[in-house]
Amino acid sequence: MIKLSINGEVRRLEEGMTVADALGHLGFEGEGFAVAVNGEFVPRAAYPEHRLQDGDQLDVVAPVQGG
Amino acid sequence: MQDQWTVYGTALSSRLFMGSALFPSPQVMADSVRASGAEVVTLSLRRQSPETGAGQAIWDYIRALDCRLLPNTAGCHTAREAVTLARMSREIFATDWVKLEVIGDDYNLQPDPFGLVEAADELIRDGFKVFPYCTDDLVLCRRLLDVGCEVLMPWGAPIGTGKGLVNPHALATLRERLPDVPLIIDAGIGKPSDAVQALEMGFDGILLNTAVAQSTDPVTMARAFAGAVESGRLAHHGGVMPERQTAQPSTPTVGTPFWHENP
Repeated sequence: MIKLSINGEVRRLEEGMTVADALGHLGFEGEGFAVAVNGEFVPRAAYPEHRLQDGDQLDVVAPVQGG
Repeated sequence: MQDQWTVYGTALSSRLFMGSALFPSPQVMADSVRASGAEVVTLSLRRQSPETGAGQAIWDYIRALDCRLLPNTAGCHTAREAVTLARMSREIFATDWVKLEVIGDDYNLQPDPFGLVEAADELIRDGFKVFPYCTDDLVLCRRLLDVGCEVLMPWGAPIGTGKGLVNPHALATLRERLPDVPLIIDAGIGKPSDAVQALEMGFDGILLNTAVAQSTDPVTMARAFAGAVESGRLAHHGGVMPERQTAQPSTPTVGTPFWHENP
């Protein structure tokens, strides 16, 4: 198991998971969100290759109202 | 009056940009944006859990407005954070427009001029069309233009204060020194009269949120601002008369009845 911070919450995931695996596991579906790992943008096309490491910080954001 | 203007090659008719936050409901937000006539709407990105539908509800309302989107980087305190959030918003919203916010002081929500220039430089190299939320400092504005910004968004007053144009001298200086740059007053507008003042001074547009969203009747207030912006713009074209220190009668003095020489 690896320990990740996902949107600020500590979660444990299987070792070797990609961003795509993790998002599926967490229940994110569709295209209404974007992802950063350790503060760096990860484009959607890279989800299947980007492998998560122990201690990574994953941010998943979606549209909200803003000024 | 046909009065188009252009930002980053996009022609706009309305001089009002509207924020989508702080409204009593998404429906009132949508009705207010329509009533304002705005063609550009700001929105943002926040952490989301899958259970909340990944922000789908508000996004559906905003998308139905059929406005041009201007995603912001609100809440970012470093150039790196702002650059990452801008890249995330480009993917989601499929636009290279970004309202760049890098905040240097949480009490004032005052832009960090150094982080702002650094982030603007990196984003413009990466193909973004950057709308920087900046202070009214002339030299900062020049640095933002140097790195490739084609429009600037100086504050009228700190975000959400509704204080209007707190430093008209600095803003007038910006307008005078940067006559050909589209300048949009972003933040601090409280009343339609503030909007009239900004447009009268020759600013190209205003970005509003709280002044409409937190009014008693947002849809009516949105209409008031639409009228104010048009009125201010017309006044700018009309050319304001020079101020005088002493009275000067407007009615002809020749032929005044009951007039007589002083004894």
